Amino acid sequence: MSDDTRANESGEALIEVRAAVKHFPIKQGVIVKREVGRVHAVEGVSLAVRRGETLGLVGETGCGKSTLARCVTRLHQLTSGQILFEGQDITGLSRSQVRPYRRRMQMIFQDPYGSLNPRRRVGSIIGDPFAIHGEGERDERKPKVQELMELVGLNPEHYNRFPAEFSGGQRQRIGVARALALKPSLIVADEPVSALDVSIQAQIINLLDDLQQEFGLTYLFISHDLSVVRHVSDRIAVMYLGQVVELADSEELHGRPRHPYTNALLSAASVADPDQAAARQRIVLTGDVPSPVAPPSGCRFHPRCPKAQQICVEQVPALKARSGDPDTHLTACHFPVEPGEDLTRVTATIPEEERAE
Amino acid sequence: MSADMTADSGAGPADTVDAARSTAPAGGGTSAAEPSSGAIEGRSPWQLAWLLLRRDKAAMISLGFIVFISLVAALAPLLAHLIGYGPTDQDRTNGITVDGLPVGPSSAHWFGTDNLGRDILVRVIYGTQVSLLVGVASTLLAVAMGVLVGLAAGYFGSVVDTVLSRAMDVVLSFPFLLFAIALVSIYGSGLGISVFVIAFFTWAAVGRIVRGQTLSIREKEYIEAARSLGAGDLRIMFVDVLPNLLAPVIVYTTLLIPIAIVFEATLSFLGLGVVPPTPTWGNMLSDSQDFYQVAWWFPFFPGLALLLTTLAFNLLGDGVRDALDPRAGRLFQD
Amino acid sequence: MSLLEVSDLRVSFRTTDGEVQAVRGVSFDLEPGRTLGIVGESGSGKSVCTQTLLGLTTGARVTGSARFEGEDLLTMGEDALRQVRGARIAAIFQDPLSSLHPLYRVGWQIVEMIRAHEPVSRAVARRRAIELLGAVGIPHPAQRIDDYPHQFSGGMRQRALIAMALALDPRLVIADEPTTALDATVQAQILDLLLRLQQENGMALIMITHDLGVIAGLADEVLVMYAGRIAERADRRGLYYRAHHPYTNGLLESIPASSGAGARLRPIPGQPPSLIRLPSGCAFHPRCAFAMDRCRNEQPELAAVEEDSRHRSACWLPSHLLGTNEQVKQEREAASAAGRVVEEGVA
Repeated sequence: MSDDTRANESGEALIEVRAAVKHFPIKQGVIVKREVGRVHAVEGVSLAVRRGETLGLVGETGCGKSTLARCVTRLHQLTSGQILFEGQDITGLSRSQVRPYRRRMQMIFQDPYGSLNPRRRVGSIIGDPFAIHGEGERDERKPKVQELMELVGLNPEHYNRFPAEFSGGQRQRIGVARALALKPSLIVADEPVSALDVSIQAQIINLLDDLQQEFGLTYLFISHDLSVVRHVSDRIAVMYLGQVVELADSEELHGRPRHPYTNALLSAASVADPDQAAARQRIVLTGDVPSPVAPPSGCRFHPRCPKAQQICVEQVPALKARSGDPDTHLTACHFPVEPGEDLTRVTATIPEEERAE
Repeated sequence: MSADMTADSGAGPADTVDAARSTAPAGGGTSAAEPSSGAIEGRSPWQLAWLLLRRDKAAMISLGFIVFISLVAALAPLLAHLIGYGPTDQDRTNGITVDGLPVGPSSAHWFGTDNLGRDILVRVIYGTQVSLLVGVASTLLAVAMGVLVGLAAGYFGSVVDTVLSRAMDVVLSFPFLLFAIALVSIYGSGLGISVFVIAFFTWAAVGRIVRGQTLSIREKEYIEAARSLGAGDLRIMFVDVLPNLLAPVIVYTTLLIPIAIVFEATLSFLGLGVVPPTPTWGNMLSDSQDFYQVAWWFPFFPGLALLLTTLAFNLLGDGVRDALDPRAGRLFQD
Repeated sequence: MSLLEVSDLRVSFRTTDGEVQAVRGVSFDLEPGRTLGIVGESGSGKSVCTQTLLGLTTGARVTGSARFEGEDLLTMGEDALRQVRGARIAAIFQDPLSSLHPLYRVGWQIVEMIRAHEPVSRAVARRRAIELLGAVGIPHPAQRIDDYPHQFSGGMRQRALIAMALALDPRLVIADEPTTALDATVQAQILDLLLRLQQENGMALIMITHDLGVIAGLADEVLVMYAGRIAERADRRGLYYRAHHPYTNGLLESIPASSGAGARLRPIPGQPPSLIRLPSGCAFHPRCAFAMDRCRNEQPELAAVEEDSRHRSACWLPSHLLGTNEQVKQEREAASAAGRVVEEGVA
């Protein structure tokens, strides 16, 4: 178990994931379905989100970040591993047993068009948490809902409107209001701003920021966009193919990324600055992310890694603090990137057939 | 708001439609800053659909016709009284020739009479009662069953779905007439049994449609959102899924009514439906079989009533579908 | 002569509730071999603009002109336009999966494209397709050419589309959000590829994007669009370092990386306007922190803001107020306050 999780056993973790594994079976067959393979969506992830912090979870399509989020909120059942909420193991709880915890952890979804029922009025959508958890009578809910609408910057008079009458940014505010209704401690935000225009995105980021200040919220913030994650997060975990490859304080991660994949991600992020863009050496990874159905052996990044060597093909690197790093900076790499090292000039020394095309 | 209907104007490029969409609610958006701009009224998806439907001439004429025949059915006794004949009254003086043949349309009998000297107009009017009653009642029954079964199958999936889907397949593969004849021979014919038989043969089609829709709705993020809030299965099924099924269900209901009306006429025609002498369009057509060569009006008027009624329901159904169709109006699928 | 000269392009769509004015008087030109970035948010009209050039906005009311190598694309017949489209102007769209036909092999689609425009044999076209797929970085092109689109990953599909776009050696490639659907590391690959191919082939490129970051490294000139009009146009450095229009500045400041981590973002307040009921005057004024009374009444035209350059902005603020530093901001405040006071004094 890593230093990180040990530190959190002292009780400061609001939610903790231990050795989480989530596989989705792939079934085929017309009448009798049999398993023909498994999607290894999450493979042995241990993480802790401390009370009051924002932990950013960053990675590309198919890295398992959204699956992990859904395991944390118990929308998916883990294949193995544990989820602890305030030290209580909630992994095996039944649906009714988990309900009290649902009040404490809420989700904000990516798609402001898909996450709101188009056939229901906004007032009833935001009031849903009250209705589901039996809080207050119908007529008592309206002022509460309108208060929430005001809180997230919506006009309370629009209580009776339908989601289609709102723009993307406003819809995302509706989603935020719904998540806040029961005064949760943890909010799991799955790509909450990726579907929004830049100017609107900034509005929502500021809103989430304000709400965190005001209510002492803890965020698990999932995004594929490093610059957004950097902006909102205290700590960042980088995921690749179902595993956390690097975990560090936000500035530390940006200043001294150790994993080659983190380096590549950082160098690929777009910057709105022509001089920086021109001066930057992009680390262009070869190939695409391999299929999570048959992930590569050893370090899962080895087929695309410019530093890969034979050991990377054979051995899974542990997520731990590497020499010269603070205890809070964990990297899962056999050959972490040294400061000043130029990844564009190294070549992997692994057999051709192990490399991505 | 109304820009939601951009696609209605033809094939605008996707971006424009989206652009209009996303910017359309600006009235609502800016009003947070300027509360005075309440110019854009909050309209529900249903109101928008109604606006679209009102523009559809064929559908509106059909709707008018349906309202008209509903009134006719409701006021049948009064109309019969005004005309002066009851549905089973035999006019032996003017209503039948010396050879015992029907009499053609005249001032005494506008639609003519049948072989027993009964006034066809009055009988068509009374037939409307049976047709509408059986059509609507059996459709409602079928839709209720179909929605429940389809919703359960689509929502729960796995074993529940397998069992219910197979059940629907079995029902759909039943030979309708054989089954109807068997049922009627056991339970006797009548209004109730007609409704039941028709509903039994149509619910599975509704069930399949509802199941398909439910399968896709189940994957929507808002269902996941409800689940993450701790909503139970029943709540999700009836509060979150069902409202999204209403559009296809309404469309299907309007299209199912004429099918049920024709079913009823078929049953009556074969003598398996409502028992004579109660007039129905079906048994009138059946009675006319031996006389159509000498009395065109005998099959013509009940046939015309049947045709116009099913046509009206079908046109209305098409109109409703166009008005509710997400691709036509972009109202329900975002 | 410019390769492409668009002048006063207007595109509108009739809807049940009024006219959607998607593009409202856009003019720009593009020299051969240059890259033009068009930036805007959803509803800015950036995509409609280029779709109109390709004749893809059926049902729209289009006025103005768009001269491509001297010929007006807007008045060209359907057949003539089809000859231009694909051959001399090629397009790359955001979603590579829906741009490729799922039931035909990738290679077949490229071969057919080539043969639709050039009288070459199937074998020749196929050889060229393999070459192209190799050039866009698809490994083992000779084998992969017989794959179906679903056998390609997202990045490879986009590469295949680029190969298809380049098949006939076009003079202009219009790329509409070509990397939006892709992951950051793949996006980097595709952008590098586009840039390299452009340098090799000497084609002109129009890059449409909502992300100022994407084109910071590759556009020679950038247009910022808002509510169907050009808010600002400038060469790359001018736009990013000396922006004049408050909307451009707002966009730049909305990018999370622009301020340090933890610092507060400065978003543009409000929402983009309805294209059916546009605000009076400058369409941006309801969201603009520096709006003056004049902005509410008079629509600003594009006007030069820097001498000896093509930097133009459609804003009533004094032309020397460029960039986002604090001093300029204060001057903007002062200018806009003055703009309001005068009007109030008159009233």
